[in-house]
Amino acid sequence: MDLVSPAGNLPSLKAAVDNGANAVYFGFRDDTNARHFAGLNFGPAKIAEGIRYARQRGVKVFLALNTYPQPSGWSRWQSAVDQAVDLGVDAMIAADIGVLDYASSRYPELNLHLSVQGSATNYEALRFYRERFGIRRAVLPRVLSLPQVEHLVNNTPVEIEVFGFGSLCVMVEGRCILSSYATGLSPNTYGACSPASHVEWRETQEGLQTRLGGVLIETYRAGENAGYPTLCKGSFCVAGNTFHAIEEPTSLNTLELLPQLLAAGVSAIKIEGRQRSPVYVAQVTRVWRAALDACRRDPENYRPQAEWMAELGKVSEGTQTTLGAYSRPWQ
Amino acid sequence: MMSNNPRLSLGPILYYWSRGDTLEFYRQIADSPVDIVYLGETVCSKRNLMRTDDWFDLAERLTAAGKEVVLSTLALLEAESELKRLRRICGNEHYLVEANDMGAVQLLRGRPFVAGHSVNIYNERTLRLLAGEGLKRWVFPLELSAGTLADMQSARPAGVETEVLVYGRLPLAYSARCFTARAHNLPKDDCQYRCLDYPDGLTLSAQDDTRFLALNGIQTQSAQTCNLISELESMRELGVDVVRISPQSRGSGKIIDLFHRCIEGGMEPEEGRQSLERLMPVGACNGYWYGEAGMLATQAQVKVLSGH
Repeated sequence: MDLVSPAGNLPSLKAAVDNGANAVYFGFRDDTNARHFAGLNFGPAKIAEGIRYARQRGVKVFLALNTYPQPSGWSRWQSAVDQAVDLGVDAMIAADIGVLDYASSRYPELNLHLSVQGSATNYEALRFYRERFGIRRAVLPRVLSLPQVEHLVNNTPVEIEVFGFGSLCVMVEGRCILSSYATGLSPNTYGACSPASHVEWRETQEGLQTRLGGVLIETYRAGENAGYPTLCKGSFCVAGNTFHAIEEPTSLNTLELLPQLLAAGVSAIKIEGRQRSPVYVAQVTRVWRAALDACRRDPENYRPQAEWMAELGKVSEGTQTTLGAYSRPWQ
Repeated sequence: MMSNNPRLSLGPILYYWSRGDTLEFYRQIADSPVDIVYLGETVCSKRNLMRTDDWFDLAERLTAAGKEVVLSTLALLEAESELKRLRRICGNEHYLVEANDMGAVQLLRGRPFVAGHSVNIYNERTLRLLAGEGLKRWVFPLELSAGTLADMQSARPAGVETEVLVYGRLPLAYSARCFTARAHNLPKDDCQYRCLDYPDGLTLSAQDDTRFLALNGIQTQSAQTCNLISELESMRELGVDVVRISPQSRGSGKIIDLFHRCIEGGMEPEEGRQSLERLMPVGACNGYWYGEAGMLATQAQVKVLSGH
């Protein structure tokens, strides 16, 4: 089982490589990838250096080209595919059918992964992408329970990659337009959810308020730790109760499910967080490397070590973690 | 000009209504001026008051009443039981099927099918590829603008119809988690079918009481109702073939009638717009059409026909 770590910039890429990732994934510096944030991602010179650094150490490099081009922007995505091929990446992670079609017909040898943004949650969908575009791997949306993941793996020849750790998307990725409903910009169209350009902070009598596109997402009282106003992690009022109606600020952590994921035949574990710091990438990659090695050596006696959990807890959103949809009660 | 008028469709019921309410609703629809009726459960496979056979019976009745019936399917397919039901619907020999997931597209390849708005068709290359697989009609993605629609229309392959959602709360997201059950502190596996109590979804507000979203089981919708009645003329110019109304528990007959009259030229869209505002659970929005935040409500002033 491979460990796939995020590389939002060159220091993060090096941190991932140095701490035991089997592969790193990165994006270009524009809206062709789903972490289109200011100051993040790679220009041409840094990409070449990053790829060289990874290659020399036996680590694979995946390019995320996983947003949805509209006609007016199509040429940008097409050149990004061309550029990925020129760079010789080990795989391209894509979601859009048009992009996959262009890539697979123009470059039949290019190794294609279906992005989580492709929303494939069942083997019939995977069959489509495999038959039409020859995808070799798919990243699953964070909506399936563990038995459902297992059933999927048993019914598809496509390698399955799942999210193991990081910020938790509660919705089927690629089909969530909550962000554009409030801001006009979504992961599909713009490559960012709840974009920083639409965030406001305001000191009020009730406390520190944070808004997204003008919508009040959270109010923090004095002494409370303020977090980023991701739309689905806000406090809202439903039927007279105010609570985290969609999800709490929390991170996914499946360290304790590793033996089951391994037994299910999952090919790779993905770490979320290209927008996070090199320190985050180093810490999380190091812990997961240790856990994967321990689990492979002796799956039956594998237990997540307390220090691993503590280490991951420190870098989690809201400093708490969940098993997410893998665990039925969460649903 | 009449021949260029878009036809009127009624989308699938997105909520969970009692069997009696569902059947009564479609009894009225049989006599309404909609041309196309989409039938079936698209949100949650636990909603079983209408069984698959019931939907087939209804399809037969509505066809006899002169409607074109399309069977719609689940947007989020996780369990084998869901695939099994999907195969039965996709394998039917009488009705067109609306795919709301690529799994359904896969099962429908090689025969005529409709792609719903949760199948992401954001560019012409995608549209062309799916047309080659049998796509007969596609529903324009909810978050895209009139400018993008214009670009898509100019490159659309022959024989493919374009449908646009013009009225209804917008489905914005799908999850493994049931938010209606969560709001009642119930696990999804013991949801007690609480969504039966919310025939138009359960409204969610920000802490300053601004109504923002509507929870509908595993689906999250806009609290505001998308209303593009003022854009019917633009749609005609753009060559939109079908305009879709999404059912709500009350007033759907009247909503259909208002759209029908505006399309036929018997009513000014502004009058239609004002009448529709009174029928909405919360209020109106149309921002996506103008390339803005979807929740915004903009008065039609400038026609947005060319993109970027």
